[in-house]
Amino acid sequence: MATVLALFRRELAGYFATPVAYVFIVIFLFLNGIFTFYLGDFYERGQADLQPFFVWHPWLYLFLVPALGMRLWAEERRTGTLELLMTLPVSVTQAVLGKFLAAWAFTAIALALTFPIWITVNFLGSPDNGVIIAGYFASLLLSAGYLAISACISALTKNQVIAFVVAVVVCFLFTLSGLPLVINFFSGWAPQVLIETIASFSFLANFTDMTRGVIDVRHIVYFVSLTAVWLFANVIAVDQTKGT
Amino acid sequence: MSTLIEIDNLSKRFGALIAVDGVSFKVARGEVLGFLGPNGAGKTTTMRMVTGFLKPDAGRISVSGHDVLEDDIAAKAAIGYLPEGAPLYGDMTAAAFLHFITETRGVARARARERFDWAVERLGLQSVLQQSIDTLSKGYKRRVGLAQALIHDPEVLILDEPTDGLDPNQKHEVRSLINEMASEKAIVISTHLLEEVDAVCSRAIIISQGRIVADGTPMELAARSRFHNAVKVTVRGVAEADLAKALGGIAGVSEVATDAIGTDVVRCTLFSSNGTGLLAEVSRHVQSSNWTVDEFGVETGRLEDVFRSITIGEPEKKGQKEAAS
Ligand SMILES: Nc1ncnc2c1ncn2[C@@H]1O[C@H](COP(=O)(O)OP(=O)(O)OP(=O)(O)O)[C@@H](O)[C@H]1O
Ligand SMILES: [Mg+2]
Repeated sequence: MATVLALFRRELAGYFATPVAYVFIVIFLFLNGIFTFYLGDFYERGQADLQPFFVWHPWLYLFLVPALGMRLWAEERRTGTLELLMTLPVSVTQAVLGKFLAAWAFTAIALALTFPIWITVNFLGSPDNGVIIAGYFASLLLSAGYLAISACISALTKNQVIAFVVAVVVCFLFTLSGLPLVINFFSGWAPQVLIETIASFSFLANFTDMTRGVIDVRHIVYFVSLTAVWLFANVIAVDQTKGT
Repeated sequence: MSTLIEIDNLSKRFGALIAVDGVSFKVARGEVLGFLGPNGAGKTTTMRMVTGFLKPDAGRISVSGHDVLEDDIAAKAAIGYLPEGAPLYGDMTAAAFLHFITETRGVARARARERFDWAVERLGLQSVLQQSIDTLSKGYKRRVGLAQALIHDPEVLILDEPTDGLDPNQKHEVRSLINEMASEKAIVISTHLLEEVDAVCSRAIIISQGRIVADGTPMELAARSRFHNAVKVTVRGVAEADLAKALGGIAGVSEVATDAIGTDVVRCTLFSSNGTGLLAEVSRHVQSSNWTVDEFGVETGRLEDVFRSITIGEPEKKGQKEAAS
């Protein structure tokens, strides 16, 4: 645990040692503002809630999280520091956790900095703050899913651009799998069970339910297990590819 | 002496290339092993397997009594490792980086502070502690890499080209540091600087195309040189041809190499026909011929010569090493 903490601190400090962190946060807040107020009809809806804010998060994360995750392992492999890290008395699992938790904490910081929107909505009306907290919680879980995918893919290449592109594609598939586009393609010929399974794999479906304040154990289990599976794959990927 | 590193029949291949091919050796506490070999011989690959970074295809490795394949964490805890090229986290300051290393290595706080001060002092890092590693010169990066390898006072040290890029003063400093630590540790260094072997190593292994081709003390290895027991005479004022003729006639001399090193000054190297000493014979002859002698002595042998004769031409033969598949 102390080891994971040491890795976590180094990684998190690493974000703020370069302009990357500030650029990322500014872009995240800027896009959130644009999406919420212009595309989301925040004012025009005349409703005091944060639906128009959260609804964009899967699409924001789709690009921003792979951008954050692409360097996690690819950079270490490119610069050779992976050899340094993997010859410290640190297990691959500890290293994977330290890196993941730091990147996740970083997205949590970026998310926390959207608090003015929360203040605004409370200023304009009287929203159900329970639902809003559920929304933030859901957004955090969602980012963990995207991040675990991006981290795992980053471990498979030295090239950050490749890591980014592949991660966006995989994240996109997970996001999309619940959309009518996909479901319609299957409905009519595929068994209902299969359709439901595919739909239940969707980030969107699980996420949207939660932002409406419906926090079901199923949704939490979905995100937690998805993240765990991808992190496990990340451990295997690092272990198998570290010397090549 | 207790054995701290034990490697048995280690092999590693990359695709069709056999990078390390059945390497076995032991290193005991108190030994400094020089790991020599031409580029691509497999030195780094061997070190990467010993430090648990690469998994061998075959063979066993034990470090401080821990099997590297079964309990890599315990083995890694006992090792201080400077990887080839000294990779470091460039976005950290030197101080933050060293603190990170003591933390992940679980060094207790008070001890960590003590060791930090020791490493900073011994490697001369005071002036660059707050500088980010990316902005350090090559030599300072190497020093931070060495500090990182030494900071937890490991029992086993594996240093891949530790003095590469250091200035002559720092080279000297690092070599005396190694000599100082030698008695309590088992140390393996790879190097292309043969004078380093004489300066710090108690034993040397030459590896070529993944196989050990020589193993012995630097003295033993140098004795394999054709210069071993050769006699060197530098004479002033005698023609090169006359000297060669006169010296070549001495009993036991098989060959005379002459080399004009200045106007009228010729250095001759006399090789013995059976490897035994020539000194007495040559000395008698030189005295009786009344030459002006600038220099006279016997050679112990040259490591460089042995290295070349053992490994020469091998990079070209590399194709043969590739497996038939
Ligand atoms: N990851 C890898 N994939 C493929 N081949 C590799 C890999 N690492 C090393 N090799 C090959 O293995 C051989 C041994 O390389 P190694 O780095 O161990 O040599 P070395 O003795 O350290 O050489 P140098 O003196 O140049 O540092 C070389 O032919 C090298 O090209
Ligand atoms: Mg090497």
